Amino acid sequence: MKSKTSRGYLLNTVVVVVLFIGFQILTSLKGSEGSFKLVIVPSIWQCCYLMVLAASLNLVLGFMGQLSLGHCGFMAIGAYTAALLSLACERAGLFENKSDLSFLLVLIASVLAAGILAALLSFLIGIPALRLKGDYLAIITLGFGMIIINIINNLPFCGQDGLAQGSAAASLYKNGLGFGSKAKVQFLWFALVVTILSLTLMFMFVRSKYGRAIRAIRDDEIAASASGVNTSYYKVLTFAYSAFFAGVAGALYSCTNATLSTSSFAFTNGGILNSTFVVVMVVLGGMGSLTGSVVAATIMFFVNYQIKNGAWVEHLPASVSGVFEYPMLVYALVLIIVILFRPKGIFGSYEFSLQNLIPDIRRARERRKAAKAERKEAQAHG
Amino acid sequence: MAEERVPVLETRKLGISFGGLKAVTDFNIQIFPGELVGLIGPNGAGKTTVFNLLTGVYAPTEGTVLLNGKPLNGKKTYQFVEAGIARTFQNIRLFKEMSVIENVKVACTKDLHYGLFSASLRTPKFWKTEKELTEKAMSLLEICNLADVAELPAASLPYGRQRKLEIARALATDMKVLLLDEPAAGMNPTETAELLTCINTIRDRFGIAILLIEHDMSLVMNVCERIQVLDYGQTIAAGSPAEVAANPSVIAAYLGE
Repeated sequence: MKSKTSRGYLLNTVVVVVLFIGFQILTSLKGSEGSFKLVIVPSIWQCCYLMVLAASLNLVLGFMGQLSLGHCGFMAIGAYTAALLSLACERAGLFENKSDLSFLLVLIASVLAAGILAALLSFLIGIPALRLKGDYLAIITLGFGMIIINIINNLPFCGQDGLAQGSAAASLYKNGLGFGSKAKVQFLWFALVVTILSLTLMFMFVRSKYGRAIRAIRDDEIAASASGVNTSYYKVLTFAYSAFFAGVAGALYSCTNATLSTSSFAFTNGGILNSTFVVVMVVLGGMGSLTGSVVAATIMFFVNYQIKNGAWVEHLPASVSGVFEYPMLVYALVLIIVILFRPKGIFGSYEFSLQNLIPDIRRARERRKAAKAERKEAQAHG
Repeated sequence: MAEERVPVLETRKLGISFGGLKAVTDFNIQIFPGELVGLIGPNGAGKTTVFNLLTGVYAPTEGTVLLNGKPLNGKKTYQFVEAGIARTFQNIRLFKEMSVIENVKVACTKDLHYGLFSASLRTPKFWKTEKELTEKAMSLLEICNLADVAELPAASLPYGRQRKLEIARALATDMKVLLLDEPAAGMNPTETAELLTCINTIRDRFGIAILLIEHDMSLVMNVCERIQVLDYGQTIAAGSPAEVAANPSVIAAYLGE
């Protein structure tokens, strides 16, 4: 049993390393080409933080079964922490330009600080909030998400007017984390490493006593506590663990974007970083499947990108492209379609695994065949 | 003899009222190690409420629960389990989407000797603990004849086996007292007989005390050493099965006067 597990780990590591090196070669070959630099690399950056964000919400929503609508608030905390820390370091003279080695250290520190601060705050919020369940929890997390945005807005040094001095945009872009298109290519490896590490850590969390406990809480909280599971401990811990990675996603976000504005994390925002949008990603991918979240984040990013930037949109009749001006309508439509036709999401609770891919496909095919035969038989009898 | 032994579970004047309704009043019971005690009564007599009081789901409005002489007032459900009281539910409550063996592993809360760090980095400690957990869970499943379905989802088991899985899960908590809430409800005679052997094996093997709520009178009369009868939240009789069966107020409660 264990040798199979370690073989699986080895296989995964090898594949990840090969893919990673492939990516590195690709960037070094095509790094200066226009479309690669301006479209593909920024898209990968965005996908990276969306994947981490969706997977982290899946811990709370999919594995623990608690609806949290304030997840982007923790992401905002992470984004602002990382941005402010990097600016402070620049001002303190710790690095001068982004090719310095010391900048890399600042970058790592910013990402960690973003995660830790988000986790701390979610811990404080989680203690009272997680006493509630269902709709009540959704509303209170929604409220806390809004409170976080408003507090950030009104802090003198990180409000909408800018990060301390001058406009946030220029300052962050020039001196802080904000990466230009060249730096994005240069630091693509960093985004990939952070994403892979985050996903791995979350996967390890889910496949341990913690994952078992929170899935037990999702299935039946009363039975979980009657089996000796300290439900409030595991709930608050998972909430904080998930917020840590939301914070990390926020740090990646502030690397990707030249500007930081609280309105992009707000609940009323029609853009991609609305907390409901993340919920849509998790539901689409499958509640309880991290690989599902990763796939769904990519799909939703693609959909979002296409309806905003796709050339084909212009050729559509006005009535259709009119809808596309309200992306939230499209996301709502996606969510409704998913719930109607595949209520468990694309992956359900299935986790993609290289090692089990072939046996899994075989099993799924057999199951489908059996279902078909059953249906036929039912028809013959009916 | 009986006077010298220390009861493993004891309640003193235990009671709870919901608003003006006194669901249970003045409930006193002593259960000794290795004993099998039955708790019976008509529908709505307060049997399940007693179980909820004994497991910390409800906080009693009066009286105390003592485990090995230590009061458990103000503790939460998981602390009751930690102290050594485990239960099953009248309407089965399994972790439906988890596999059978995972259901048992969840309850092994006393055997989890690793933290977040070990879990994240998969240290040897993690593997060792997980291996021990699997062994323990499998041995418990074998006792309850569930080893062959260990990897199946819990919801896919037939009713009788789901009941047994609940018992296996309760056993995993290393409890001293096991509370069984209508374990034979909805079972056919064969399943009931199998369940009985299972309960007896557990009692012999672990030396635990069992408190049993049951409507199946033949089962209660056959296996319980002592029986306590509740009606409208009050104890109306207690004693050996024969004594209880002959008690006029018990007959009145069950059949009406």
